[in-house]
Amino acid sequence: MADEKKPGLFEEGGKLYWLHSTIDAFDTFLRVPGTVTAKGAHVRDGIDLKRVMIMVVIALVPAALFGMYNVGLQTSLTYGLDWNFWHMFWYGLLRMLPLFVVSYVVGLVIEFGSSQIRGEEVNEGYLVTGFLIPLIVPVDVPLWMLALAVAFSVIFVKEVFGGTGMNIWNPALVARAFLFFSYPSSMSGSSVWVSKTWVSALKDVDAVSAATPLAIAHDGGVSALTSQYSFMDMFYGFIPGSTGETSVIAILIGALILVWTGVASWKIMVSSIAGGLLVGWLGQIGGATDLPCYYQLVMGGFLFGSVFMATDPVTAAQTETGKWIYGFLVGALAVVVRLWNPGYMEGMMLAILFMNTMAPLIDHCVVTAHVNRRAKKVKTA
Amino acid sequence: MSNHLDLKKGLDIPVKGVAAREVAKTVKPGTIAVKPTDFKGFLPRLLVKEGDRVLAGSPVMADKQNPRILVTSPVSGTVSGIVRGEKRKLLAVLVQADAGQTYADFGTKVPADADAVKDLLLKTGLWNALIQRPYGIQADPDLKPKAIFVSTFSTAPLAADTEFTLGDRLADIQAGVNALGKLTDGGVHLAVNKAVYSSSPFHKVENVIAHEVSGKHPAGNVGVQISHIAPIQKGETVWTMPVLMVAALGHVINTGKLDLTRKVAVTGPVATHPAYVVALPGTPVKEITDIPADARVIGGDVLTGENLGADGCLGFFQDQVTLLHEGTEREWFGWAKPFRPKVHSSSWCYFSWLTPGKKYDMDTNLHGGPRAFVETKCFEDVTPMDIFPIYLIKACLAGDIEKMEKFGIYEVLPEDLALCDYVDPSKNDIQAIIQKGIDLMIKEMA
Repeated sequence: MADEKKPGLFEEGGKLYWLHSTIDAFDTFLRVPGTVTAKGAHVRDGIDLKRVMIMVVIALVPAALFGMYNVGLQTSLTYGLDWNFWHMFWYGLLRMLPLFVVSYVVGLVIEFGSSQIRGEEVNEGYLVTGFLIPLIVPVDVPLWMLALAVAFSVIFVKEVFGGTGMNIWNPALVARAFLFFSYPSSMSGSSVWVSKTWVSALKDVDAVSAATPLAIAHDGGVSALTSQYSFMDMFYGFIPGSTGETSVIAILIGALILVWTGVASWKIMVSSIAGGLLVGWLGQIGGATDLPCYYQLVMGGFLFGSVFMATDPVTAAQTETGKWIYGFLVGALAVVVRLWNPGYMEGMMLAILFMNTMAPLIDHCVVTAHVNRRAKKVKTA
Repeated sequence: MSNHLDLKKGLDIPVKGVAAREVAKTVKPGTIAVKPTDFKGFLPRLLVKEGDRVLAGSPVMADKQNPRILVTSPVSGTVSGIVRGEKRKLLAVLVQADAGQTYADFGTKVPADADAVKDLLLKTGLWNALIQRPYGIQADPDLKPKAIFVSTFSTAPLAADTEFTLGDRLADIQAGVNALGKLTDGGVHLAVNKAVYSSSPFHKVENVIAHEVSGKHPAGNVGVQISHIAPIQKGETVWTMPVLMVAALGHVINTGKLDLTRKVAVTGPVATHPAYVVALPGTPVKEITDIPADARVIGGDVLTGENLGADGCLGFFQDQVTLLHEGTEREWFGWAKPFRPKVHSSSWCYFSWLTPGKKYDMDTNLHGGPRAFVETKCFEDVTPMDIFPIYLIKACLAGDIEKMEKFGIYEVLPEDLALCDYVDPSKNDIQAIIQKGIDLMIKEMA
């Protein structure tokens, strides 16, 4: 064998050894490493982070596919285009493709570069982040903005902390928050949610107002909302919004996959929904809104956030009790922002980011309580 | 009247190659290795030189810090070699066994009090079989433990079936337990496998506090049992002794002879004939079983065993040899395949859950690369103890003594968290991390 004589190009001592992180990443992507156990248990489970991460991506696929169709549908409806299902889907697919490409290329280049600098293997976390980001931004967001947001989030939220597993905030959400605060005109309002960039090249169209159900309900209450979209419209997802967030059904399919495989915590999902419902109900009986509380679940990014973002195992609470508290507060805070905030009607993003910040504190309290209880138990025993 | 302990968490690893309940052969002792490395914390001082005659039970080494603690020869014969490693570290004393065995006589008087028991344990070298918790170190002869724990069964993958290996040695076990009971006021706690309780010979053992334990691995681990029965707090010590050694102690009391002969389970996917072999500790593995080329030879089970190598010798505590294929092959798109029928995963990200009874040809492949911790619940699911494994692990990594104490370092040994090694998608060596934490505790708290 050649490698017995002298080191290969990319092996230790070889000329291009400095590129080993990158080469390893591609190599192990294609083939499971031949590494054998050196310490500890001699046999290991077949699971690895690549598998865990790909499960999340698979769970996101229904939401992404429906989102693509819905991009076409909303454009077709808004501009009176006579499109069939495949027109709509292809339009959405082609609109979304550049977003995915930019998100993955920018994110992975930084990820690979950072791994090179650290001399570690490239981590799989960005597989998920890169897929999430295009699903939670308006489809017409300029690509350079997206690239900037991705770069900011990967560098300052992930890599400076040491990469996947070390970050405090969900990188995908920070990318969205970055866009939201830096370029509010491209991220909010009623004219950003329906794709018109390509349509306007074909046809002379003005920016058409297509407000999201959240915005309609915020301004006009339940009557204004139901005159435009029925509850079932929102449940199926035939409404304007970020690509991935609109269809409850598609998100629930994803949730099923995540819970079944155990990748995401069902406790966080359930408690977040409970928190949202409770505050929604309080808001309704307290007169802050006339929306029935369950409407909170089908509007905006609530469910998408509860299922895919709040459950990120790195940034969520780590203890099982902590997960209940964390999830509940995510849901509750999101609806608090929706109901009692005059300017900004979607609270999910900030609720999750805030609770990401608080998660270590929740865990600290849970763990301390547990330690005290244990000490007491032993004393009385 | 016994107590019940039903553990819900845990995992039985479905590896192929369980030993058939039959004795395939009896190894006649040839050259036996006495290894000081079998005993954690034992600093050897040689008591013999090449050419010396020893009896079965004669001292071969003494501990430098506590010369009363001896390691004795399991056979009678002639010292034929001293094996040293780097920096002249003593690795083994080789004894060429005689054709017929002669035993040192320890007398058949039943030890009357704690001092007599200690004396007997120290003289026979069986003191080393007592393990002190916290930390899993050599027991201190000057201490009186809170209690002594013995687990009569192992739930580790393919572990020797104690009912088969020790079921006929009830009288020895009873005598051993009686003696151990004199060392503590807290009594001897004996854990018996609930699944086979009524048929198990061990429920007949008297003068013990019996516990019927059920659950998946690590339910049979004495550490897990202690943490539920009498959790160890700062300043407390408990002692444990493997049931195999309790039988050896009883045998000394009943016959006056130290006989460490045991039925060794030869197991694992590449074992040509998985069955039991009667052998002494220190027997070269080659004499115990055929070893296929490129096999990893493990003394013990796949989770906590020692990599002995093809030329290694069975350890003092070991009653199992596991043979595994070295998994250096690289599987194309392993992680991306929808189905991987040859690889087991306890995670539902694969489809192993569809075939719950299936046993796997496991090998030593890591199935991934090392990463930062991402998953958290997988550790809790396999740790049936009242601790937060991930916090304990992180405290050990950080070397934070105060937090390690709070999170339960006194209650665990690496073997109790061995399943975390197995299930971790980030492929960290949890046992090594815990051991490092324990070593730091020993150093700092001394």
